[in-house]
This record gives sequence, structure tokens and C-alpha cells, in this order.
Amino acid sequence: MRILLNGTEHRLAASRLDQALEALGYKGAVVATAVNGRFVPTARRPTTPLAEGDHLEVLAPMQGG
Amino acid sequence: MDFYGVELSSRLLLGTARYPSPKILEAAIRASRTEIITVSLRREGGEQRAGQAFWSFIRELGVRILPNTAGCHSVKEAVTTAHMARELFGTTWIKLEVIGEADTLQPDVFGLVEAARILAEDGFDIFPYTTEDLVVAERLLEAGCRVLMPWGAPIGSARGLNNLFGLRAMRAHFPDVPLVIDAGLGVPSHAAAAMELGYDAVLLNTAIAEAGDPVRMAQAFALAVEGGRIAYAASPMEPRDMAAPSTPVVGKAHLT
Repeated sequence: MRILLNGTEHRLAASRLDQALEALGYKGAVVATAVNGRFVPTARRPTTPLAEGDHLEVLAPMQGG
Repeated sequence: MDFYGVELSSRLLLGTARYPSPKILEAAIRASRTEIITVSLRREGGEQRAGQAFWSFIRELGVRILPNTAGCHSVKEAVTTAHMARELFGTTWIKLEVIGEADTLQPDVFGLVEAARILAEDGFDIFPYTTEDLVVAERLLEAGCRVLMPWGAPIGSARGLNNLFGLRAMRAHFPDVPLVIDAGLGVPSHAAAAMELGYDAVLLNTAIAEAGDPVRMAQAFALAVEGGRIAYAASPMEPRDMAAPSTPVVGKAHLT
């Protein structure tokens, strides 16, 4: 399955958000997620399916003004 | 000073971007004596994990965190970012920015009010980056904001207080609402001027981060904010057009 992770194309076998994050190297990371522009809380990641062409945003703390 | 039920003694809120190094950022935070730092959210790579290091760093500082929605140009973007920030940072506080214009980074006040209403209903404590427009301020308060943050000048411009009259009017119009000058300050005298107007606090970033010596500049801003606040409490004299001798005239010798 092909998805866009933070704007870059990735190929994944995982079909759920929690599995995808693990496969993409985010295991244990403090991140917030959105799929196709909608926020997905941590608790809902295991029940959030991913589909071909989905846009996944993974954000982390960053310096800001 | 009270923001959403939290008592604070420092009246300086500090941004964390553009510092030469994390070490200098930490030293500047200490020198400024701030109790609130602003942070943001950005894309995290699965391999690099720059955000994880920053997260560890800020957690150890022991200061309160105010996440922002910087760079958001629509209500949807800002609201989604706020939700992501609430989960990530574990706070209901959000510095709400909805940018309307790229050259000045002026707030889109229509989108700002709409986003504020949505977020307030969802339990957020909103710190809206706004202008000195009194009608917009009223709408933000109606939407549920309990703090207002008008700009001094465009973000990063170092121009100081662009509209003294408007800012003074805003202070007079909302005597009981915590008001924070957010953005546009360049030197400590700008911060002192804001405090002398009766503003409750100032929020700044670039003026300290891009100073030749950010740590000393942080100290200078801290002193200016404190001095300005004390001056406001001491009721400054009214300006006048003509001179008034400070040395008594009575008893002056005739020496001509």
C-alpha cells in the first residue's frame, strides 16, 4: 500500500495507524498524528485503518515563537 | 498575574526558536526568569527524531509550556494543530495564530474568532494572537478567550509598538482582561513601554534569540519588563507641552 508520510511517498504492509507508525520507525516516540487532515488521538490509532493514498502527518515538539 | 487560573510572577513569555544552540536557549530562559515558553509542532522523521530530543530538553526546564499554531493559515489547520498540541504537550493552553497575510503575518481575525469559538467549546484555554482592534477583541472574549494578545508590530520586525494610541485604547477598554503584547518587539525599551501602558505581560522571541548575546539580552528584557511594570504601578506623570522648572523658583537669588 502506498501512503504519503509527511509529504513523502512510502510503501507499507501495515493497514492500521499504530502498525504503520511502528513500521515507519516511530515506536515509543512522542508524536501526534493526523490522517487526511483529521487529528487521530493516540488511543484511536489501533482502530484507525489506513488506505491507499492516505496522507499521514506525524508531528513532534519543535522550537516556536 | 493570572492566566486561566494559573498565578504567575514573571511577566515575560519567551519563544524558543532561532537560538544559536540549545545551551544558549536554556541560559536565556534562565536569565529572562520566564515561567512560560512557547513551542510549536513540526513534522518528525522516523529516523532523525529531532523532536524527541527537544521534548526531553523542554520537559527538564520546569517552565510552563504554551504551544502555538504558528504557520496556520486556515481555521481547519489551526484547530487540528491545537488538538495535536494538546495531546502532545498535555496542556489545554494554546497560543492561537491564524495568519491572514504572508508579508506582515497579520492575523486573519475572522478565522481567529471562528477558531477560538470552536476551541473554547472544546475546553481549550486560548491565547489569541490578534490585533488591537476592539471589535475583534470583543468577539474573541465572547468566543471564550480570557486572555488577549495584540501584536506590537509584525512578527520578527523589531519595530516596537506600532500603534500606541490603539494599544492604549485597548488597555482602557478592557481593564480586567489580561493583555499581552505579542510580537514585534526589538529592544528592551519597547517592552518597558508596553508595561508602562499597563499591559500585563509581553511575549517575544526573535529580539532575544537573534541578539548578539541572547543571554544578556534576556536579562535586559527581564529588567525592562519589571521596570515598566513598577513604573505603571507608580502612576507616571502626565506629559505637557511646555517646560515646568523642577528646581523651585522661590528663594532664587537676584544676581543680575
